[in-house]
Amino acid sequence: MSAQPHRLPSGGRIDRDTVLRLTVDGQELTGHPGDTVASAMLAAGRLDVAPSIYRGRPRGIVAAGVEEPNALLEVLGRCSESMLPATTVSLVDGLAVRTLSGLGRLDPTGDEAVYDKKFAHTDVLVVGAGPAGLAAAWAAARSGARVILLDEQSEPGGSLLSCREETVNGSPALDWVREVVAELESAPEATVLSRTTAFGSYDDNYVVAVQHRTDHLGHPAPEGMSRRRVWHIRAARVVIATGAHERPLVFAGNDRPGVLLASAVRGYLNRYAVAPCSRAVVSTTNDSAYDTVTDLVAAGVEVAAVIDARPTLSPRAAEVAGTGVRVVPGSAVVETTGASRVDGVLVGALDEDGLLGGDVEADVETIACDLLAVSGGWSPVVHLHSQRQGRLRWDEVLAAFVPEGTVRGQRVAGSARGTFDLGGCLEEGTEAGVAAAVAAGFPIEAEAPVGRAATGEYGPVRQLWLVPGRRGEPADWHEHFVDLQRDQTVADVWRATGAGLRGIEHVKRHTSIGTAHDQGRTSAVNAIGVLAAALGGTPGEIGTTSYRAPYTPVSFAALAGRERGDLFDPERTTPIHPWHVAHGARFEIVGQWLRPRYFPRDGEDIDAAVARESRAARRGVAMMDASTLGKIEVCGADAGEFLDRVYTNAHRRLPVGSARYGVMCKPDGMILDDGVNLRLDENRFLLTTTTGGAAGVLDWLEEWLQTEWPELDVYCTSVTEQWTTIAVVGPKSRQVVARVAPDLDVSAEAFPFMTFRETTLASGVPARICRISFSGELAYEINVSGWYGLAVWEQLYAAGADLDITPYGTETMHVLRAEKGYPIVGQDTDGTVTPQDAGMDWVVSKRKDFIGNRSYTRADTARADRRHLIGLLPVDRVTRLPEGTQIIAPDTPVTPERGPVPMLGHVTSSYHSEALGRPFALALVAGGRDRIGETLIAQVGDSPVEVLVAGPVLYDPEGNRRDG
Amino acid sequence: MTTNPLPEHPALLWRNPEPKPSYDAIVVGGGGHGLATAYYLARNHGIGNVAVLEKGWLAGGNMARNTTIIRSNYLWDESAGIYEFALKQWERLPEELDYDFLFSQRGVLNLAHTLQDVREARRRVDANRLNGVDAEWLDAEEVAEVCPIVNISPDVRYPVLGATLQPRAGIAKHDHVAWAFARAADALGVDLIQNCAVTGFVKDGDRVVGVRTTRGTVNAGVVGLAAAGHSGVLAEQAGFRLPVRSQPLQALVSELYEPVHPTVVMSNHVHVYVSQAHKGELVMGAGVDSYNGYGRRGSFHVIERQMAAAIELFPIFARAHVLRTWGGIVDVSPDASPIIGRTPVENLYVNCGWGTGGFKATPSAGWTMAHTMATGEPHPLNAPFSLERFTTGALIDEHGAAAVAH
Amino acid sequence: MLLLDCPWCGPRDETEYHYGGQAHVRYPQVPADLTDQEWAEYLFFRDNPEGPFAERWVHSTGCRRWFNVMRDTTSYRVLAVYRPTDPRPEGSR
Repeated sequence: MSAQPHRLPSGGRIDRDTVLRLTVDGQELTGHPGDTVASAMLAAGRLDVAPSIYRGRPRGIVAAGVEEPNALLEVLGRCSESMLPATTVSLVDGLAVRTLSGLGRLDPTGDEAVYDKKFAHTDVLVVGAGPAGLAAAWAAARSGARVILLDEQSEPGGSLLSCREETVNGSPALDWVREVVAELESAPEATVLSRTTAFGSYDDNYVVAVQHRTDHLGHPAPEGMSRRRVWHIRAARVVIATGAHERPLVFAGNDRPGVLLASAVRGYLNRYAVAPCSRAVVSTTNDSAYDTVTDLVAAGVEVAAVIDARPTLSPRAAEVAGTGVRVVPGSAVVETTGASRVDGVLVGALDEDGLLGGDVEADVETIACDLLAVSGGWSPVVHLHSQRQGRLRWDEVLAAFVPEGTVRGQRVAGSARGTFDLGGCLEEGTEAGVAAAVAAGFPIEAEAPVGRAATGEYGPVRQLWLVPGRRGEPADWHEHFVDLQRDQTVADVWRATGAGLRGIEHVKRHTSIGTAHDQGRTSAVNAIGVLAAALGGTPGEIGTTSYRAPYTPVSFAALAGRERGDLFDPERTTPIHPWHVAHGARFEIVGQWLRPRYFPRDGEDIDAAVARESRAARRGVAMMDASTLGKIEVCGADAGEFLDRVYTNAHRRLPVGSARYGVMCKPDGMILDDGVNLRLDENRFLLTTTTGGAAGVLDWLEEWLQTEWPELDVYCTSVTEQWTTIAVVGPKSRQVVARVAPDLDVSAEAFPFMTFRETTLASGVPARICRISFSGELAYEINVSGWYGLAVWEQLYAAGADLDITPYGTETMHVLRAEKGYPIVGQDTDGTVTPQDAGMDWVVSKRKDFIGNRSYTRADTARADRRHLIGLLPVDRVTRLPEGTQIIAPDTPVTPERGPVPMLGHVTSSYHSEALGRPFALALVAGGRDRIGETLIAQVGDSPVEVLVAGPVLYDPEGNRRDG
Repeated sequence: MTTNPLPEHPALLWRNPEPKPSYDAIVVGGGGHGLATAYYLARNHGIGNVAVLEKGWLAGGNMARNTTIIRSNYLWDESAGIYEFALKQWERLPEELDYDFLFSQRGVLNLAHTLQDVREARRRVDANRLNGVDAEWLDAEEVAEVCPIVNISPDVRYPVLGATLQPRAGIAKHDHVAWAFARAADALGVDLIQNCAVTGFVKDGDRVVGVRTTRGTVNAGVVGLAAAGHSGVLAEQAGFRLPVRSQPLQALVSELYEPVHPTVVMSNHVHVYVSQAHKGELVMGAGVDSYNGYGRRGSFHVIERQMAAAIELFPIFARAHVLRTWGGIVDVSPDASPIIGRTPVENLYVNCGWGTGGFKATPSAGWTMAHTMATGEPHPLNAPFSLERFTTGALIDEHGAAAVAH
Repeated sequence: MLLLDCPWCGPRDETEYHYGGQAHVRYPQVPADLTDQEWAEYLFFRDNPEGPFAERWVHSTGCRRWFNVMRDTTSYRVLAVYRPTDPRPEGSR
């Protein structure tokens, strides 16, 4: 066990009875529950982390919270995680980490942790459990309103966790914190979440937060417990009490390990009982650092001097000076010395303009120390306010950008709005909590707790953006760091302004200041100040860059939540799916559906299987699960009229009991979808749609009905999932259907093509059987309730067993339909194809209007040489053209290097036809119908393939087979 | 481990002049397209008395917000023409502009996850090759050779069936590109005027003769609009309408990581595109938010969905951290193709409607717009992208089959 | 994440809805009477204002009904929600 030489003998919010082991870059350390990796390192006397990213300079821990610019970790383990600030990683036993120079490592090991999300509604959301947030949540919860209080730290308390002498209502502040938390936790409608960072604020008070749930447990999480949880919170009212971050100072060598934020030093002393040094110098521009001074003294650490930039002592400074601490006013630390760590500072006097007066070399005083605590003032954490377009105002007195006005339904309270004293935070928090509850409909009054701190009023701040270097000009100050993580200095800012850049956005992009993991928490306002110094003017005139979510980085996996693997997107299957799986089907994805593509037998490849399936359909009998086709019932007195307007062809006079193929177009005349529609009765139609188009078509119909033609008496209902549809196809299909539907007269005379019949199957299942065909063969579609789908499929399979009834998939379906020239919307069309282009002028009514009709007379749409859907026959009778192959005219030089090769169109579908004994294709070809009989070139890679242009119907063009 | 910072910028980028009372040409919008237009007006047409009027800061709109993908593997001939011309310019611009903007021809993969994706991809590859655009079809194993971190397991919800690869495609550092054009334009005498919003147009009958701005009225021989998402608002000020909608488009970056992703991967099917930029950050985009919006922000569920898709494709990203998200305003036309050419107002030209494709087209948008403004006639490359096509129906519909519209 | 107040179901997250673009663009009574230019206006040209905008939404995962929203396209603030049969509020386009 290594020692903890810097651990104070008492105090701190740590459990000294338990010793935890930690490995940092291979070095074994110890700590206690309550420590962070950073506090444990400091307790061990280790300050240094990996060197800086670009310049390789030594770097150390600077802060104690999320603003840490240097100390980034890769937490090692089964699946490591990089880029975690050491100041935010809770110590657990056996933790092993590696410090990073700002470049993380992505672990290729799969992340098997669970991530989830919770969606919450609340009356009042309070972000931040420091004094203002606790007061707000406490006040609001007393009203009975639903209250959620979030805080990023391991326990509530905020800045009070780092305090020593502060009191609330006369008791130690942390006693009050405990009481308030206890009261909130016992309130039935209040939720307190620690380790939960509100990282994004979106429109209408929608706040997104991430809760860290398991990493700090120190043992494997209970099974199923999510590692991180993303909270989506819709709040009637939001109180933002996110506190403020201290700014460092910009001077030569300000990146040397041992330069820490004054507030961080205070936090290490009081919260973690760690004195990271033995002799400190404090350099400040404001009163807040004096709390650090008194706490250092109380901890027995020598304070060699307080260097205060303000020319005269503030009351607080004078008070501390009165205790015997040396306070040097009107001065600043101008340089640090030391090898890998600060061993001293150089102090110089500043004149009114912030310049080093007199003889710089002679007047500079050297003070030995092993730590420099710095405070350049405070920057309110305005991220959530700004993410909602809340405005900011530069406060010259506070030297801070503070919220200007409020975002609707939100309030900012406490130091997040520039109220830096404890009493003020408690008052503002209480007021904000009361106001939020009242506005959410829960009237309440509450009296603010009374807070007292050693520093009462937050005294004047001296704006000191740039401590002059002892020599040279700002353009030469390459060791005045503005952004430690990005290794950017005053010289870099000067170079940007020298190039002509004037705005902070340009300077940010030129230098990369503020773009690192810390998003400029300690550097952004200093950069603005330095830029103001460079250009003349105030930070307020420069303005800030935009604040963007996330406030602190969030892992991809947390944001993905449960939407991974099988839950990434719903998978839709038909009731017959288990049978398909059991019978070895290979599937294809169509929309969200899984459809059998083919059913290989005994080692068949796809070609062999499709050939066999095709033969069965053309010569015997075959069956297919067509249940994925969209099905929409359209009912009402005006259903026929409505369909007439939507489809290119007429439906109004379709007889009951009959079916009709229909095409619908968008207003621009391009094909949207197609399907066969049934008239169930006078006022009821059943439409079918493509598999992928079903949802869109229903939406489309509803849109027209509701927004254009609300006077029509029409209702649409999706029934896709209610029906199982089985196509029974082939010359022997009549026999099979007759067997399963003995009550039905299946003769061609009694049951003609494009009609349907209602019947009851031999099994007792009610069925609607249609005489429609997507193959040109005699075919039936048997529709039954989805509950019976699998059973009826099995009945058909059994009934056709002696006829070798053959299940087939989408691939064979495609071959069969393509042989007949039937297009597939989305495959043979692409949103630029009209029904006329697709060779379906016959389906376009000339006697009625319909959506899209007007577009056909436009100049481009009326062209005769548009791309037409035609058939292509490879002349060699062997080559199966790859789908997508481009078609060119014969004798076209294929020299793309000399300029585009003119293309006539492309192959949309291509198969080997078992029936034709040759490969064939469908293609969209410019003026294609006028080229029938011509030979063109299909350019397959570098090989030209001669193709004969044919009509699209290549098989049974006379339609002799459809009645069997 | 330490790494190298980005290359240094030139010592001088641009002057910051006051607007003059009159210019031969005014370009409204100081984004990449506006800056390139001004540069080519001066370089190709000898028109140096040009002002670029930018309401905010140069390249502060979509130029600062895009995911920097450069490719030309578009389906239709017209699109392939204009994007491939741009790509050829990209290949020579670092030298021409004497500015290292980190153009990296690392290749772009467009993944196919369904048989329909495969058909569309192969159609595009064949069309690309005949149009002189480099393109290859890769099967899943070949995809993994190009980008080993892509999950090609068949046991995922939408398995990778293959991809198209355009080897010459890649990425560039967006700000540097804009500054390169700005610097070159400035050196040729173009006045780059920032914080100067156009509030109206001065017309003589149907002819534009100047613009009203927040910094006074400025006269102009010709005016070109290059304002992306704000084109519609400007057109309305000029008295005509554009068939564009302004919508939010979000993107994000991760923290910096050691290199794992050697190329650019786009997947239309699961809506994600990602590359790893030079410093090491993953740069990602997703789909456009559905609603009209000028707010430069979108809705968070779009980002979450994008993360889910990213991890499906790249399991190694699970513990990467999102560092920063942002939104731009994209001007989306009905056919997802740009509009570059004349307007109903004489001497007023427009370049808009690029949707999510604007960055990669920066050189050709500037080139053709400059040509159109200088000569009054469209360049052959932008002639098909006229406003008239919406009347004739001769759309260039890159929505459907052109794989990803980014 | 916008919060839209469906006139029939009450306030719901944006993810329950689909967007339908500009409201009050009527399908022409007799399209054949329009010139190509007028037809193109109907097909493709929509207002795209920065500020208040009357637009259509449909509560796709709820009641599936269409309604209109007047929303500021810059602040994203919903200014009014109304049924398709209600008159358009003042000040929108």
